[in-house]
Amino acid sequence: MHLALFFIFGALCVAGALNLLLQRHPINSALSLIVVMSSLAVLYLLLGAEFLAAAQVIVYSGAIMVLFTFVIMLLNAGKEERTHGSKMAYVAGFPGAAILLGLLTFIFVSRRGSFGQARLGEYVVTTADLSRVLFKDLLLPFEVTSVLILIAILGAVALARKEH
Amino acid sequence: MVPISYYLVLAAILFSIGVAAFLIKRNIIAVFMSIELMLNAVNLTFIAFAHEWHQVSGQIFVFFVMVVAAAEAAVGLAIIIAVFRARSTLNVDQIDLMKL
Repeated sequence: MHLALFFIFGALCVAGALNLLLQRHPINSALSLIVVMSSLAVLYLLLGAEFLAAAQVIVYSGAIMVLFTFVIMLLNAGKEERTHGSKMAYVAGFPGAAILLGLLTFIFVSRRGSFGQARLGEYVVTTADLSRVLFKDLLLPFEVTSVLILIAILGAVALARKEH
Repeated sequence: MVPISYYLVLAAILFSIGVAAFLIKRNIIAVFMSIELMLNAVNLTFIAFAHEWHQVSGQIFVFFVMVVAAAEAAVGLAIIIAVFRARSTLNVDQIDLMKL
């Protein structure tokens, strides 16, 4: 059951990511990124991260991707054109990413004996557990993030505003 | 029952696709989206290790990464709008004023 769910949603993730890479129009890339983020939320749930699965759907595939699609439609972004620089990126990009993937996969597969197994429901972090750590031990960093968000909002408004 | 290494390999695949998309995409919004993809792949690794060692702190990290990603998306998209106003293009090859 766990294995089947992992493979279904893992395949959805990889398919969405590949679609992001291959699509020429940014709106298609944005929609496939929503598929990736929603399937990642299911994988988080399988790993026992209840709160983060909900936050992933609300914050990532909800808020952030709405912002992205909004900006794509606002700027009326069309298909990207092929230019000279992108040929260099093809020569360096695909082999570099393949080497990175090979290296990481080699490390994880050769060390798989030292990693355990993930069982469904074996270790579940409830919202209460998470908030106990967040509001007791990490109260100051949590409050600092609210200041960060405030500064980000002000910065976004100041940057995107029309100058008179 | 799924080995944790499967999750780590899946995260590595997603991260590598994100790196490839970052280098190959020519649209500045698509480049920005591939950064989000890489952040998500790292989040999956954090949660897999949190499950492996039964630690809450891995999930706390993911929480903070999400907060910073939200702030970064807001500011980054505002910068993209400002760049589009100034140069009326979204192609990264034509936004090279700081290039030597």
